[in-house]
Amino acid sequence: MKLLQERTAKLKLGESLIIQTAVRIMVPFIQLFGLYVIVHGHYSPGGGFQGGVILGASFVALALAFDQKFSMQLMSERVNGVLGNLGALIFVGTAVLCALFGGLFLDYSALDKLIPLGPIGWRSFGIFIIEVGVGLAVMSIMVSLFWDIGSNGEMDEGL
Amino acid sequence: MIWLIDELTLLLVVICALAAITVKDLLSATVIFGVYSFLMCLLWAEMGAVDVAFTEATVGAGVSTVLFIAAILHTSRRSKD
Repeated sequence: MKLLQERTAKLKLGESLIIQTAVRIMVPFIQLFGLYVIVHGHYSPGGGFQGGVILGASFVALALAFDQKFSMQLMSERVNGVLGNLGALIFVGTAVLCALFGGLFLDYSALDKLIPLGPIGWRSFGIFIIEVGVGLAVMSIMVSLFWDIGSNGEMDEGL
Repeated sequence: MIWLIDELTLLLVVICALAAITVKDLLSATVIFGVYSFLMCLLWAEMGAVDVAFTEATVGAGVSTVLFIAAILHTSRRSKD
């Protein structure tokens, strides 16, 4: 357990122990709230877009309070790109799968032939899959937007 | 009583919008724009569009303010040419 003065002496200009500790405590709750908004999107306010923005904002807060390198250790650029593309793939994949099983594009009730949940059950569950895909894609885009703008496109120092 | 709050919020929205385009400093314009977004969020919520209010609070006031400030920190006060 180091003294507070020793810990703050190594901090660079603009870094504050209070802000870092507050962000460290707040970020898990922000992410939990983002997941809540995504999961409850189909019957309450919110949804994939808003939940994705909240999830992305948690990483933006980490990059603001600490270094950009610290937030890139937690979620690297490669993982970020994979998550964003996976979100878009979930969205389009579900839609095309509906069309392949005899329905229209994004007509979830056609997926009843794949797993029998009933057409009404699939209409409720299909929008959940779509929300998860949208949330992943939006989170990735928000985080990479901030990384690119904050570090002038060089991905090293950041703000 | 609700129309009083409604009109007060509308007045503040107009004042914030005028202030955001007339103020000279880019950073203060961004902060005023964030205030404008939150007031618009209040208006949406008051009109019953909770989903739009949610989007306005997260995107308009949260992320776009941070992105604007990140872009402003790479600018200089005087142009180089």
